[in-house]
Order: sequence, then C-alpha cells, then structure tokens
Amino acid sequence: MKRTLHQGGTDLLFFAALVSLGGIYLLLIVGMLVADVHYAGTNVSGREFADLLKNENIRYSVWLTLVSCTISALLSIVVAVPAGYLLSRYAFRGKVLIDAVLDIPIVLPPLVVGLSLLILFNKMPPESWGMGTFEEMVRRVFGENAGVTYKIPAVIIAQFSVSCAFAVRTMRNTFDQISPRTEQVARTLGCSRARAFFSVVVPESWRGISTAGTLAWTRAMGEFGPILVFASTIRGRTEVLSSTVFLEISIGNLEGAVMVSLLMVTIAIVVLVAVRAWDKNQQHRILI
Amino acid sequence: MISVHNLGVRAGDFRLDGISFEIPAGGYGVLMGKTGCGKTTILEAICGLKQVTGGTIRLGDRDVTELPASRRGIGFVPQDGTLFSTMTVRQHLAFGPKVQGWSKSEIEKRVDELAGELGIESLLKRKPFGLSGGERQRVSLGRALAVKPRVICLDEPLSALDEDTHAEMTALIKRLVSENGITALHITHSRKEAEAIADRIFFLEQGKLRVFSTSEKETT
Repeated sequence: MKRTLHQGGTDLLFFAALVSLGGIYLLLIVGMLVADVHYAGTNVSGREFADLLKNENIRYSVWLTLVSCTISALLSIVVAVPAGYLLSRYAFRGKVLIDAVLDIPIVLPPLVVGLSLLILFNKMPPESWGMGTFEEMVRRVFGENAGVTYKIPAVIIAQFSVSCAFAVRTMRNTFDQISPRTEQVARTLGCSRARAFFSVVVPESWRGISTAGTLAWTRAMGEFGPILVFASTIRGRTEVLSSTVFLEISIGNLEGAVMVSLLMVTIAIVVLVAVRAWDKNQQHRILI
Repeated sequence: MISVHNLGVRAGDFRLDGISFEIPAGGYGVLMGKTGCGKTTILEAICGLKQVTGGTIRLGDRDVTELPASRRGIGFVPQDGTLFSTMTVRQHLAFGPKVQGWSKSEIEKRVDELAGELGIESLLKRKPFGLSGGERQRVSLGRALAVKPRVICLDEPLSALDEDTHAEMTALIKRLVSENGITALHITHSRKEAEAIADRIFFLEQGKLRVFSTSEKETT
C-alpha cells in the first residue's frame, strides 16, 4: 500500500513537471495572442479594422500571400516526396553530407537565404562563362518585362527555399515509418519500382504528404527575411502579409501592424483547422 | 522446384557464402536458424529483393538470379502480413492480377475463389485496420497466391498467432500449397511448426546449411 502511494506521488510529481514545463511554451503562445488582441481591442476600433480589410494594398497583400504560399507548398511537395523517399530508402555515398545540406535553409539566418538568392540570380553564372546571369536568361526567354528579382517569382522562390526544407524533413520521417516491405511485396506481385511507389507507397504516405504541405504553407506565410532581400517589399507588387507588418511598423503604424498580424493569425488558424479536419476525414476514409 | 547453388549474399557487414539447397517441385522446405543468422536474407535473395554476390538461383528450369523481383513469379508472405493499409481485402487479392493485366472478370473470379478457399468472404470490404492476426495472415497469403505462383516464400508467417489460430493456419497453408502444386520455402523458429508442415528442413548455423527431411535422418 505504502509502495502504491509512493508510486502515485511520484507519478503525480512527474505529470506535474511535464504539464508545467510543457505549459510554459503554451502560455507564451497564448500570451502573445492575447497581447495582440488586447492591444488591438484598446487601440483600434471595429471601423478601423473594417477599413483595413477594404484597403486595396492589404487586399492585394492577402491575395499574394494566399497564392504564393499555395504555389510554394505545392512545389515543396513535388520536391520533398522524391527527396524524402531517396533519403529514407537508399544508402549512397555522400548521404550524410546531402542530408546536412538540405537542412541549411532551416539553420541559416533568413536574411542570408535572401542575400544568397539575390547573388545566385544576379551574379551567377560567372561573367566569364559568357551566358549572362540567371536573371538575364529569364528575361531572354520570357521577355524584358519578365524577371525574378523584386518580382512575384522572387516571393515564391524565397518562400520555397525555406519551406521546402521542412517538407523534405517531414517526408523523410514519413517514409522512415512506412515499412519497405510493403513496396517489396508489390514488386514480387509484378510491380516495377515506380508502380510500387505510386500504387502503394504514395497512398500509405498520404498523411505525411498532407502534414508536409501544411507545414510548408504555414512556414511560407511566416517567411519574411528572404522576401525582404530578394523580392523587396514593394506595395501592390511584392507585398505579402509578413512584409505588410514590417512596412506598417517602419512607418510607425503599430495599430496597423497589429491588425495585419491578427489577420495572419486568423488565416493560419483557419488553414490549420481546415487541413486537420480534412486530413482526419481522409484518414478515416483511407483506413476504415 | 527451388534450386539454390553456391549462393553468396551480403547485407551491410553481414555476408553469407556457398549456400546450396534444393526443394523439389511441389515440395515444402522450412528454413530454421537463430535470429540474425541470415534466413530472411536468403529468402530475400530468392525473391529478388536482395542483390546476390555470387551463385545461381533457379526456379524450375528458369535461372532467375539476375531477374528483378517483379519477373520471378514468386508469392511472398512477409512476417506480420505487411498489408497495404489503404486497400480493402478485396483490393489486396485483386492487386497482383490487376498489375499483371488480368481481365476484370478473371480478377473477380479469382478473388471470389480465393476468398472462399481462405474463408475471408466476410472481410472483403474491410481494410487491414482492426483485422486479427490470423485474418491478416489469410489476406497476406491470398494476396501472394492470387497470381497463381509456382513458388511461394513465407517469412515467419505464423509467429504472431495464438495456438489455435496457429494450428488452423498451418493446416490451411499446407492444404493450399499442396492442392495447387506450389513449391514453398518457409522460415520459422518453431521446430513443432517445421515438423508439422515441412517435408524438408534446413538449419542455417554459422553460415552453413544442414538439411533434414522430416522422415529421414540428417542427409547432408
């Protein structure tokens, strides 16, 4: 009895430690959101918020955010599925190095990612090659008005460069958790490697694909540093919601910045809840 | 017939060399040995899932050593069934025939026939989630047998089953393999299981294979 009580006490202490330590982070997140809402509530009227939503620049910024994040997330999935599969299933020379390189966009300061993109597109290939820069090549192919730097493609590439790294990591973990036996069985039944991949592995990894897509989308929405350097924050052209916040702060409009921040929080919550609900429904449909 | 001659195979730092054995057409061979001795590696090499470093593998009169797994025509029943979590039992049974280009009516006929033989008609619309161990193994066996292979490889197919289900499945596998004239190679740790099902038992020990027939003394 004494032993049971002792164990009960230890368990209680253990759970109390888990909840309090984990709770600190939760409190920090909730605290930030409450602070934003409280600040907006005391400093911004409902009318001002309605005016913000009617503002042409803000509408454009919302539109560009939704479109660019969706394209970045789709591109991330297209790249992350094969990359994650290769890393998970095959052993090859230099794998450790490649694995580390794929994490570089996660660990690099965002401004450095932007700067590197700027140099890549505007200074490479080297002049001595006589081919012109990538930026010039794009203009040669798509016309003088086209281009990447300081234009919408730069927004998407900047978002993609970082969000794809998260998607690759997620897909690799997903494939690690799917037994290679499933595709091996498919191969003994007559499937080529490609057919086994598409008919067995992809359906089995659906949940991971959906998580990687969501993560890439939300990560792209939060991206700011690379966009600032590579795409700049040109009102009505390359302005996304994260850069709107920056622009509003830089002109001293803290109220505007908080309102846009709350708009971003709302969009993020709507997307996350919608994707999770859809994912749960799909998972139920797939498994049962 | 499965005929393995002087087989060499490597898995990381582990390697096996000079493995030779034969299971006559319609025979049932069981491969036994301690965990980690290389039983599954041999089975994978026969199925075409592991690159061999030497030797030959023949199935009947065909040398399949260099053939990909998809062209060997071997039914494979892995440990714990390894079912496709997104497919129904019906889709499992139809998978192989569909991949091999059977007509819709042939597939339907084969699925119904197999479901009857395996006693899983009531499960056809179910997905693997929630199936019992015995049910999973029946589905896995049906998936492997659907394309009417001449050879079947089973990797500890009964290890996770309770005693009653184990006896039931042993009898079912033995009956289906024998009725269809299939040559089988089966891995197990259980001496009792091996004696109940095999007509030839192989012991893999320290990289060497010893052969017994169940009715004879050690032969090689």
